Amino acid sequence: MSGYVGKLLRVDLTTGRMTTEPIPAAVIRDYLGGRGLGAFLLFTEVPAGADPLGPENKVFFSTGPLSGTLFPGACKMDVAAKSPLNSGYGSSSIGGKLAAELKFAGFDAIVVEGMSREPVYLLVQDDHVELRDAGHLWGRGAMTTEQMLKEELGEEMQIATIGPAGENLVRYACIHHDVGRQAGRCGIGAVMGSKRLKAIAVYGTGSVSVADPAAFLEVSRQAFQAVKSAETHEQWVREGTTKTTEWVNGTGTLPTYNFQAGAFEQAPSLYADVARSYVVSDKGCYCCPSPCGKYTYAPRYDLHIEGPDYETVGMLGPNVGLDDWQALVKANWLCDELGLDTISAGATISWAMECQAKGLLDASLTDGLDLSWGSAEAIWTLLERIGHRDGWLGNLLAEGSKRAAEELGQGSIAWAIQHKGMEQSAYETHSATAMLLSYMTCDIGGHHGRAWAIWNDISMGRDKVSPEKVDKVIELQHIRPLFDCLGCCRFLWVELRLSFDQYVAALQAVTGVKRSYEDLMHISERAWNLTRLYWMREIPEFGAAFDAPPPRFVSEPATYGPTAGVFTPRASMEIMLADYYQKRGWDANGLPTHQTLDRLGLLELSPWR
Amino acid sequence: MRLYADNARCSGCSACLAACSYHLFGQITTKRAALRVIPHFPVPGGYTVQVCTQCGECAAGCPTDAIVQNDLGAYHVVPELCTLCMACVDACPEGVVFFREDVPHTWECDLCGECIQVCGMDVLRLAE
Repeated sequence: MSGYVGKLLRVDLTTGRMTTEPIPAAVIRDYLGGRGLGAFLLFTEVPAGADPLGPENKVFFSTGPLSGTLFPGACKMDVAAKSPLNSGYGSSSIGGKLAAELKFAGFDAIVVEGMSREPVYLLVQDDHVELRDAGHLWGRGAMTTEQMLKEELGEEMQIATIGPAGENLVRYACIHHDVGRQAGRCGIGAVMGSKRLKAIAVYGTGSVSVADPAAFLEVSRQAFQAVKSAETHEQWVREGTTKTTEWVNGTGTLPTYNFQAGAFEQAPSLYADVARSYVVSDKGCYCCPSPCGKYTYAPRYDLHIEGPDYETVGMLGPNVGLDDWQALVKANWLCDELGLDTISAGATISWAMECQAKGLLDASLTDGLDLSWGSAEAIWTLLERIGHRDGWLGNLLAEGSKRAAEELGQGSIAWAIQHKGMEQSAYETHSATAMLLSYMTCDIGGHHGRAWAIWNDISMGRDKVSPEKVDKVIELQHIRPLFDCLGCCRFLWVELRLSFDQYVAALQAVTGVKRSYEDLMHISERAWNLTRLYWMREIPEFGAAFDAPPPRFVSEPATYGPTAGVFTPRASMEIMLADYYQKRGWDANGLPTHQTLDRLGLLELSPWR
Repeated sequence: MRLYADNARCSGCSACLAACSYHLFGQITTKRAALRVIPHFPVPGGYTVQVCTQCGECAAGCPTDAIVQNDLGAYHVVPELCTLCMACVDACPEGVVFFREDVPHTWECDLCGECIQVCGMDVLRLAE
């Protein structure tokens, strides 16, 4: 089928064997590609109960049918694995140029399995595939490694690599690419590290096929034109995701002091205009007419990075009490070089800072490091210790906030702000019921990517408990992950208001297969339920208890800002969650019913039911 | 008329390369374009875009007269006349006459303007 190569590359690191396999047409039909393909392969190929950091786990790099095409934002790849952070479904989206390059090289996906004895990297140059010694790269930073490989192999080579954090099996290690793009969440960098796969280098001279070139050219031109002429284009390109900072601070949804407050007094020193004053160059992913990447230079530390993006601003800024842009750039640089997810890193450090504030971490446990809120020195030092698993504290925090809290005990789990073992990203939810429901039900843990419902909270009444909000969360959980199936960046739909009809038209022109919006939503719902089945299979006791909100938001009032004194009644979330289950066709314990699985064609994959 | 590029505005997204390749060869790839985007990372950051200035050095140096001007005034390679001698490649002061092992001729910008259509940053423009 056009748009797809129809092939995946399978790399067995244990034996060194590499094979090319067709991707069954039925899988493409039912799961589209990208996230859908990755979820299906994870479910069907990784045995139940596999150790996330053992040889049975696999890493699935999956492009979508639009990845690499001449469509705005057609840059995305999904990276899936069993998550070392929470032993559930792990998936992370990565932009840059990797997805397009893989398609040019003649593969839709790469499956990495087994475990190498020695550090290696994978080289894919069209049909030449090779595992090469990575001894000289092991221990190096992610950005350094990328640079070394480009010098070795050529500037046009697209590199995905891990840093020391991945090698040291930090449970939220990321995969780095293109100077500042990451598959950040779910710790899949640690899965690569466990396999001693330091990097993947891809170069391809082929092209992406299109079924109806004339129709595609027309929809592509219209879409580029629509994005370029969008009312929001100028501000978005100037500020990127940092445009969010001022809005969240004003609405009391900026995580501050480990989600104790929703606003930060010094937040203006982190606003978009400050960020822009340090920008060297805009930096776009493949075929993006509205680049959010901001290449930044911090003269005080002589450091260049891409970013900081809003999530990093929130989590390594106000959430740890930091108010200095250049110090934040350095924290971001450390995360990128070490190969750490800035969201989980920020949330785990904020948990530790609150532990010190509450008297649980004295100087003997921190090796004399003072973890006071806002201490740049403490943040940088902790990032280094985490990335290298240095000392007791570094090791503790490398496990993520939930495991760290379980280890430390003394009630500290109450301020580990996480869902299903994954740290909540940068929206404060003391009074934002739709966003809180979105986090509670997100299929990888505390991530905003599936349903950015905070906007709906503000527009529909933030503390309101309404069926409309539940509908919206479910709708968003189907639309937004669709972009990850298609291989496109959703920002162009979210921020530049590119109509979804354009994606439907482009998909048809590229693949030659007519699918309606409803067809695509059905596929997305199937993928959503499949990931739910994955949790059920991996965690026998899985159920509604895993969708519970962090206690902070339903029992402790916010301490500062527009939501000061407010928290969401626990009963409100219980009502919304019950409504959510019912609307999804799940039982009261949050498990898909026989009827739902039948409707979605998933019965075959759920033999235990 | 020629193409001009404002390097400072470029975000390196490669859409121009893909649009160019699609126009010239009917293939969506970044490897068959008639312009070049050179990244400067990690230090100092930013991009240089190399485009054809229509200086005509390529045509002057071509021993088979395979490079002629089209209706828009662009010097371009007539595939049937090209012997891949590389004289045009060597003659080009901007490094924007291209060749690949799997293409039986060299190629360059024909001023179609497709790159301008897809550039979201207004890097490229046509002018005298």
